[in-house]
Amino acid sequence: MSDKSINLTLKIWRQKNANEIGHFETHPVKDISTDMSFLEMFDLLNLHIIKAGGVPIAFDSDCREGICGMCSMTINGNPHGPDRETATCQLHMRRFSDGDTIVVEPFRAKAFPVLKDLCTDRSSLDRMIAAGGFVSVNTGSAQDGNALPVPKQDSDLAMDAAACIGCGACVAACKNASAMLFVSAKVSHLGLLPQGAVEKERRVLNMVAQMDKEKFGSCTNTGACEAACPKAIKMENIARMNRGFFSASLTRR
Amino acid sequence: MASTGFFSSSIGKKYLIGLTAIFISLFVFTHMLGNMLLFVSPEVYNGYSHKLLTNPLIVLIELFFLALFLTHVLYTIKTTLENKEARGQRFTITTSGAKAVTFSSKTMIYHGALIFVFLVLHLLTFKYGQIYEATYNGVVMRDLHRLVIEVFQIPSYVVWYVIAVFLLGLHLHHGVQSIFQTLGFNQPRYTPAIRKIGLTYAWVVAIGYMFQPLYVFFFYQQ
Repeated sequence: MSDKSINLTLKIWRQKNANEIGHFETHPVKDISTDMSFLEMFDLLNLHIIKAGGVPIAFDSDCREGICGMCSMTINGNPHGPDRETATCQLHMRRFSDGDTIVVEPFRAKAFPVLKDLCTDRSSLDRMIAAGGFVSVNTGSAQDGNALPVPKQDSDLAMDAAACIGCGACVAACKNASAMLFVSAKVSHLGLLPQGAVEKERRVLNMVAQMDKEKFGSCTNTGACEAACPKAIKMENIARMNRGFFSASLTRR
Repeated sequence: MASTGFFSSSIGKKYLIGLTAIFISLFVFTHMLGNMLLFVSPEVYNGYSHKLLTNPLIVLIELFFLALFLTHVLYTIKTTLENKEARGQRFTITTSGAKAVTFSSKTMIYHGALIFVFLVLHLLTFKYGQIYEATYNGVVMRDLHRLVIEVFQIPSYVVWYVIAVFLLGLHLHHGVQSIFQTLGFNQPRYTPAIRKIGLTYAWVVAIGYMFQPLYVFFFYQQ
């Protein structure tokens, strides 16, 4: 363990509630251990703020090991910070240099209203899942191995898509605030497996309809989502969703 | 159940933009090839334009392309406005470093708009511009060659023309490969090839269009 520590200036978005107009607040933070995660640095800063009698900064976090999708924060314009395939909780302070100024904002989009400071309401993602991101047949108790054959390639592709933790970084990174990477990950992960394939047409139609209803933007293939995704979900999924949506629209009755 | 029509959905609108883009991309390529006849002879150049103009289906084809262009333009404006609305407040800083995206993909609507302005002026200058006549083997036809030579002697026009076709290259730089992604063609097996072909296509078209104005301006002698 190194005992290196750095001093930073943080410009953090503060907003009392959904209705208030927010603003940036500047906090100099001293003696940050480079072994801290970005969230631990926020814990430290909040300790100082509480000690001084201020209101701590609200931010989302849960597992702090990159699998829950709760942490957010747009760090210097990049959702989840500068590194690819990294969630904010996995971002360490050794990534920054002494004296840096870091701008921290929430995961912004019209469909993600700010609740307080860096916390946004991402339940629009949940409503898209509720619209079709599930398997509605009862799969019963565990079957014998290989009773339901799944080609290795399909299982790999489905698992790659299933890695999506639903954090919303794709939406925050996109200039159009499009949720297509998220929706396409769900459509692919369920649709590629035999249990989910039976309702893939209904699923893609309903999830896309809900996506449009939530007023997410549409995709212009910039690839910002793929670059920002902490789980490396590929734009190949969006292409799969597009052709799935096209054929489902053609064949639906 | 989903009850909205295909073309009013976000993916359907993308399909329309992509499908119209296929025809427009092919059109700009053939137009560029036609322009190259300038280097053959005035007779061949004018003869080609005469052949196109006297085709009995020309009005139908022109209307078809007008509809394509308008669909492409109107739907991109519509989705851009919707996307701006969906984005809401912009980030103070946009994605950068390992998470940056290409300049051309971020700015499609801007070079698109400039190309549209260019297209209108281009039609006014050439298609609806000064009419000269020439006679080859007893056939009277429009002397488009003379008009092109005259226009490309004007420095400001040449500069604007070269900038405009550069912007067209930038537009196709993102656009051509984007068509494939939107229509659902993305496989590790052929996507790297699509990227390369898309970029080559874009810059072959753009640079191809630069030959005539630059040649006429710098080297052409009456």
